[in-house]
Order: sequence, then structure tokens, then C-alpha cells
Amino acid sequence: MNEATNVVLELLPHFEGYVYPNEATPQPLWSVLIVLYPYITGLVAGAFIMASLVRVFNVRALEPVYRLSLLTAFAFLLCAPLPLLFHLGQPQRSFQVMITPHLTSPMAIFGFVYAWYLMAVLLLELWFDYRRDFVEWSRRAGGWKGLLYRVLTVGVDDVSEASVDLDRRMGHLLSVVGIPSAFLLHGYVGFIFGSVKANPWWGNVLMPIIFILSAIVSGIALCVFNYQVLMWVRRRTTDIRCLDVMGMFLFYALVVDAGVEALDWIHRVYSAEEGFQMMHQMANEKLFYTLNLGQALLGTLVPALLLGTLQLLRRHIPELARRRIYFASAVLILVGVLAMRWNVVIGGQLFSKSLRGVMSYKMEFAGMEGWFMGAFLLMLPFVILTVLIRLFLPEHPPGGKTGLPDAAPPPRLASQTGAP
Amino acid sequence: MKRPVTRRKLLGGVAAALAGAILAPAARAAKAAVRKVFVSSDAPKGYHPGDHQWAMAIDAGRCIGCGLCVEACKKENNVPEGPYFRTWIERYVITRPQPGSGESRGPAHVDSPNGGMRGFPEPPVPKEEIQHAFFVPKLCNLCRHSPCVQVCPVGATFDAPDGAVLIDPKYCIGCGFCIQACPYGCRFMSPVTHTAEKCTLCYHRITRGLRPACVEVCPTEARVFGDLKHAGPSDPIRQFYERNKVQTLKPHLGTEPRVFYAGIDKEVR
Repeated sequence: MNEATNVVLELLPHFEGYVYPNEATPQPLWSVLIVLYPYITGLVAGAFIMASLVRVFNVRALEPVYRLSLLTAFAFLLCAPLPLLFHLGQPQRSFQVMITPHLTSPMAIFGFVYAWYLMAVLLLELWFDYRRDFVEWSRRAGGWKGLLYRVLTVGVDDVSEASVDLDRRMGHLLSVVGIPSAFLLHGYVGFIFGSVKANPWWGNVLMPIIFILSAIVSGIALCVFNYQVLMWVRRRTTDIRCLDVMGMFLFYALVVDAGVEALDWIHRVYSAEEGFQMMHQMANEKLFYTLNLGQALLGTLVPALLLGTLQLLRRHIPELARRRIYFASAVLILVGVLAMRWNVVIGGQLFSKSLRGVMSYKMEFAGMEGWFMGAFLLMLPFVILTVLIRLFLPEHPPGGKTGLPDAAPPPRLASQTGAP
Repeated sequence: MKRPVTRRKLLGGVAAALAGAILAPAARAAKAAVRKVFVSSDAPKGYHPGDHQWAMAIDAGRCIGCGLCVEACKKENNVPEGPYFRTWIERYVITRPQPGSGESRGPAHVDSPNGGMRGFPEPPVPKEEIQHAFFVPKLCNLCRHSPCVQVCPVGATFDAPDGAVLIDPKYCIGCGFCIQACPYGCRFMSPVTHTAEKCTLCYHRITRGLRPACVEVCPTEARVFGDLKHAGPSDPIRQFYERNKVQTLKPHLGTEPRVFYAGIDKEVR
């Protein structure tokens, strides 16, 4: 039996050169689920930053996507811990992370950061933003929806002018707190990788910064994508001014992100420390398609050129073409950032820590870490978002009678209703 | 008319609930910290970890690559079949340079078929092309600043006061972070228990006055083991330190391994 194992191990084609015996496993320890975890978390942080542009920085043009961005952040946040949980060897013990966290571990704080972000920031901000509507809708709508809205008011039915003004101020405060929290949430995910000094692909001081910047880029792209899809489903036209401003922020965020990632690579190439040969091999062979084509060319260069052109020549390009360019750029960026997460997570496990050999990874189809599960976890937040939109971003406000314009989703902000 | 429920009231309730939610884990954390003193290990009753300081040293020049240590470890610790090892042996074959190449040495060939458990096949290059060849037994490096312990999110892996780095299998959540953080590839995810596993220095043996299985079966005494708190000058571990110039693996990472190697080459990582 041992002789047979010996032969099998030597014949297995999934690694070349010398890898430590414990590394010669058919699958990397962290595979597609751990690729999705930073991806989904990043989308949350980015979508929240997008919403904050309206709340904190008062970018009025983005009001049509304000609530959509918040709901997007919420739907994705609900799914963010699932890949982590499914990946654990002993998921039933996961609560130990909250009960007896080991405070020197970058992973131990995730539960707290997540809980803070979900409960203290996002849920509260949504509630303050929606409170007045909940009261109004609970009066108008009947049946289970009316009951749902009534439950969501948590019994607070005070919609006086002063009360709504307080909602507005609380919402503003939560947004201000929310921005550093979003940075914390995702920068911290970057630190999980950046803190692994054993792995030259990961152990990097820029990792949290790169994660935050790519998160902002992917989050804005997701909002552009969701907004256009939602308007298409509802057979409405998108607000081109809103799209132009989103495109502008997307472009500048993308340029800063690409700049910092380029800096990271320049540093790696120039300092050429131990393990550089391995990284060279990774970029040229193992990750050629996902890194050079997926992340750099399609995910960064092409959308940067498209969006950059629009910044310069916006007036000369017809609206329809602009809408399509924004949509295409958003999709490319979403794919590119997913490729970036893949390159970080899988790339860091495709070479041996002996720096003498490389492994291969072929994703399985079924099973916990397969294509099927990956697709399911990527689709799940969109399913949740659809439900949320039906409930909280209705085309026609509940009860039939509308106090809102029936074009576009309710662009009204508490700030508008509360302000003199 | 019913008085409207104010946010003040609601927030008061929420704050009380939050305070409870925060205090409860703190109380549990304190309880767990106390429990940790009596953490589950394989030590017998009456064993005091503070009275010992276990150390392992490797005299690579003595290793003949027979693989008995790997086999003994697998049997002693029920290590699963396949690419799962608490200890293994690497073979380094460093070749002579091509004549006229101007190089000091040729490329190094490293292998460890099945962890070296059944010995090694013929060298990958003809004998006359070999400049140096040697075996290097590997195991947990017993780091003073162990990255694996640092990153464990629940504290399931810990530095025992006697120098061993252990895992509580009943506490490990199987996240794999420690495996990623170990620079030496010494840990693996057990396909049986779905928790992380590693060399424990055969904790169940050393705490009963026995030597680790790998040390016990080594025919050439390439593995030297001892208790630094009780080792006299003639003890093998003290003798090893006296006689050899030693080095550790990947010293630049600042992990400060306590497993010292004698007779290894710069190629060993």
C-alpha cells in the first residue's frame, strides 16, 4: 500500500519541482470559497462607500442609487460570512471565534468587525433612513407586507417633523461612522493575507490598502451594474447624470487602485527578494490568464481607457453609447476584481513555501469547494437583493396611492424631507 | 391616546441588550482562560509542564534517509495515509557545475518521495556529477515566536510552557490559518478529524519519561532530544550544542526556531 502511495504521489501531475510533502494535496487548503469571501466583503464595503457619497459628501446626482447601494451592501453583507463558514473543517465550532477570540489573530476580530458593521452601522442606517417610510407604508399596505412594515417600525410611529429631522441627523452620523467602518471591514480582510509572512505572495504591507481600493472600485461597479439592470427590468431609463457621476467616481477610484497595485508590483520586481523567481514564474505561467488578461488587461486597462475616454469626450458621445460603455466597464471591473481575488488567494497557494516547486489547481465541479457552490454563493446575494428591492424599493409604493414620483426608484432622501 | 413609543425608550432597551451581549462573552472568555490552564493534552496527571524545557536537535550529517522515523511517527500518532506528515526527510543532491561554466556548483535536486518513509530511490543524477548529497529530517521547528500560534483565531494551538507547540483538537475550528502561517510546511489539515495537526514531540510519550517515536527508532542518532532543564553536561542534547556549529531554518522570518540543525547547506529551506 505504501509503495502504491509512493508511486501515486510521484506520478500525480499537480506539482512540479519540490514541494513540502504536506503541500502535495490535490486541492489548495483555501480554494474558491476563500476567493469569494474577500470578493463579497469588498462589494459590501464599496457599495456602502458609494451610498456615503450621497449622505456624507452630498453628491446629489447620485441620489437615484442611494437606497439601491445601501440595499446592495446589506444583501451582500448577509452573505459575506457564508463562504468562511462553509469552508471551516468544524463549522459548528465557529462561535468560538466570538466567545473566546484569540486577540493576536487577524481572523479573530472578523466576527466583531462584521457584527459591528452589520448591526451598528448598516442595519441602523437603513432603519433611520426607512423609518418614516415604514410608518407610512405600514398604514397603507395590508396583509403580510403591512405586518412586515409594522414590525420594522419596531413600534416607533412618531413621524413628526422633529423626529424625522433626528432620523436624518442620525443617518448622517452613521454614514460618517460607516466610512471608516467599511475601510476597517475590508482593510482587515486584506490584513488576513498581508500578515502571513511565511508567504511572499501575501505578506505585504500594501495588502490592506489594495484590498480597500479594489473594494471601492468593485462596489461602485456593482452599483452601476445593479442600477442599470434594475432600470432595464422596470423598463425605465437610467438617469444619465447619475451614471455620468458614478462613471467619474469609478474612473478615479480605478486609477488610484491601479496606481497602488502597480506600485506594489514595481516594488516586488525592483527589490526582487527571496521568492521573486517563484512570483515571476507565477505571473508568466500559472496565473498568466487570470493575472495578465483577467486582472490587468480586461479588469483594469480596458475599463480605465473606456471610462477615461468618457471623462474627456463625454459631450460628444450619445447617451445610449455612454450607458452601454458604463455597463460594459462595470461588468469588466467586476470580473477583473474577482480575478484579482483569485490571483491573491489561489496564487498564494500555487507555489511551495520551500520556493522550489509549484502546484496546480483544477476546480472541481460539485462538492463544497466546487464551481457549483461558488456560483451559488455568488448568486445568493443577488437573490436576496431582489427580495429586498421588491419590499423596500417598490416601483409603486405600497397602498397604491403614491406620494412619490413614479419614475425611477424613490430618490427622496430623509435629508430632503427633513430639511427646511 | 396612546403615547408614541420614542426612540429614547427603544434605544435604552437596545443598549441594555447590547451590554448583556457584550458582557456574556467576556464572562465566558474569562472562564475559558481558566479552563485553558487545564487544557486538553495527552499529558498524564502529575506532569508539570513548567518543570521541563524540551528541545530537539538534528545532526544532518548522521541521517542516512532510512525513513524509519517517518514511519514510526505515522504509526505512533495515527497520521493519515497520503500527503500528511508530522515529520519527513528531504534529500538534497547538489551537483557539480558544468566544466567551464564558471559556477561554484550546479543545480540542487531536492525530493522527499512519500516523505521519505520508504527510503529514497537512486539519485536523480549519476554519482560522478554529485558534489554533495545529504538528508535533512524535518519536523515542527518549535518556534519561540510561532506564527501558527499567533494567527489561530480561537487559541486552539498554543505554546506549552515546556517548549512544545500543541493543538487542542477539540477546540480547533479547522480554518487552516495556522497551516498558511507556518513557514516550514509542518502542519496539515487532517482528512479524518478536519482539524489542523502537527508534531507534538510525541507529547503523550515525553510526558511519561519516554522519547519521541522518531528519536527512539533513529538508528544513527541523527535526532537528538532532551530536557534542557535537567540535562547534565554529558547528556546528548548538551553534547550536541557543545560539539556543533548550528543554524536554524529561515532565520530571516524572526520565528526563532528551537530546533537546531548541524551539517546543513544553504540550499535547505
